[in-house]
Amino acid sequence: MDNGIAAKVPASSPARRMTLQKMMRRRSTVAFALALPLILLVAGLLIYPALYAVYLSMLDRTMSHFTGLRNILFLLHFDTFWMVVKQSCLFAITAVIFKALIGFVSSHFVHNLPAKGQRKWRGMLLVPWVIPTAMSTIAWFWLFDPTYSAFNWILAKFGIAAIPWLGVPDWARFSVILVNIWYGAPFFLIMYLAALKSVPDQLYEAAAIDGANWWQKVWYVTLPMMRNIIAITMLFSLIVTFANFDIVRILTAGGPINSTHIFATWAFALGIQGNNIPMGASVSLFMLPILGVAAFFILRDITRRGSSV
Amino acid sequence: MSASAQAIGVAESAKHGSLKRSRRWALIWSYVFLVMFAVFFLMPPIYMLIMGLKGSGEIAAMTNPWWVFHPTLENFKALLTSTQYLTFFRNSAVIAVAVVIVTMLIAVPAAFSLGRMRFWGSTTLATGVFLTYLIPDSLLFIPLFKIMAWVHETTGIALLNHWWALIIIYPTLTVPFCTWIMIGYFQSIPKELDEAALIDGAGYIQMLTKIFLPVAMPGMIAATIFAFTVSWSEFLYPMAFTVSADQLVLPVGIVTTLIKGDVYNWGQIMAACLLGAAPPLVIYAFLMDYYIAGLTAGATKG
Repeated sequence: MDNGIAAKVPASSPARRMTLQKMMRRRSTVAFALALPLILLVAGLLIYPALYAVYLSMLDRTMSHFTGLRNILFLLHFDTFWMVVKQSCLFAITAVIFKALIGFVSSHFVHNLPAKGQRKWRGMLLVPWVIPTAMSTIAWFWLFDPTYSAFNWILAKFGIAAIPWLGVPDWARFSVILVNIWYGAPFFLIMYLAALKSVPDQLYEAAAIDGANWWQKVWYVTLPMMRNIIAITMLFSLIVTFANFDIVRILTAGGPINSTHIFATWAFALGIQGNNIPMGASVSLFMLPILGVAAFFILRDITRRGSSV
Repeated sequence: MSASAQAIGVAESAKHGSLKRSRRWALIWSYVFLVMFAVFFLMPPIYMLIMGLKGSGEIAAMTNPWWVFHPTLENFKALLTSTQYLTFFRNSAVIAVAVVIVTMLIAVPAAFSLGRMRFWGSTTLATGVFLTYLIPDSLLFIPLFKIMAWVHETTGIALLNHWWALIIIYPTLTVPFCTWIMIGYFQSIPKELDEAALIDGAGYIQMLTKIFLPVAMPGMIAATIFAFTVSWSEFLYPMAFTVSADQLVLPVGIVTTLIKGDVYNWGQIMAACLLGAAPPLVIYAFLMDYYIAGLTAGATKG
């Protein structure tokens, strides 16, 4: 049937419209059928559970009574909850800023190298991103270990007292953020390196002729050209970092005294370990606002790009 | 006349020389800082290797943690003969391969349909799929846990605490992004190609398998690598849904069973981490360009 167009071109116009119509109908049916597994998966295992989480958050502990917003209201009067909110924001925002800074700086250094050596360095610096986080975090856990900390061993060589990396709230907060930066910075490096390569050399040449120094080139050429990718990478990383689970879970499991809990680990502790599923669902729902903001910006970006092309 | 020409020549060479020198300094500084970054980035994996090679006696003696005095393979040997560790490894491997297959079977046809064929609402759907990629696992694990328990109650199929159930769950992590990568690749193929195929009498399925798949091969490889590494390293879902030692996957198995012992057998734990990180690292070493292409596709393609 598909060779219909070629054969029927000289035929009368109603017949041609018929085949065209039929083809269009067939085309969209086939297209829909091909996309159907995806639609089912997204609807059944992503959208439905997300909405179900909202419903779950409105049940009481035994999950037999509907209590409306009582769980949410309870959380709002709970000191630990506000500590988790603060820690989640501190964790995500600090980590993303430092990841972006390290990524930006190191991408410039790699870009400076002769083209032949870049591959090697890029390959080496991306390793933290490739190792499964759970496994690299265990290595960090031991680097921080109170009795056998390899960091404290080095500090001791310089006569500095041992640091309780995971034992004191503030140091523990620092440590989980440090590990997150270590894990995420290479991603920024790769993104920014790709962006740097797409800036045309002529722009730098023009800036050099106008007498711009290195800082001016970065400020007036590189940053404006990379603005989009910087924004979108940070947005993505913010979401992923907000939703992070494994690093905090393995390093501190939320301790000492809940000081390093973020939304995901606290929801896990309450919902799965504490067997209070509605409360866990309520906690994890507090991630939605940041997701909503991100979705808004990304949608705007996509539609703007769509209209400009 | 000649003097002024000479002067210009001298000035030019001086300027040239200073440019060259400043470029050399920039290069030297780049190397200095890159070495520092490399030390920071490679410290944990190197530490894993150092500790993995240490015998338990050397670790107990608390000698220099940054050096191996008597390298031994006893940790690796112990792991490779421990049935428990091999079970974790097998569970992880079977899940990862199965998830890759399921992901590609769902993502590739869908991407072809959304990127090339279009139907009513397909653009919205493409955007929607990308947005669902933003719904994190830490929001979904509680409702999914409840749903799995409900499935058990109503149908008698026990999903919780069975490693194969993760094969159903993991595609939620991989399919949206892989679809997005493939849409980008399919859209970059010139339109004349499918018109030519249609005129030659190819059906849509033929068009996909005979023309688009070979042309979009780099995208397929990138998506495969992405799906594999994501399912290999996922931690939250197996942590929430599996408990028994024989149902665990590698990341959870190492964390819960190897660490929980009264005596921390650190040499073995580090060796276990290193072996567990090996499959993604090997893939990365051989297919780095595809790996990076998959990583950057999300940003550059849309």
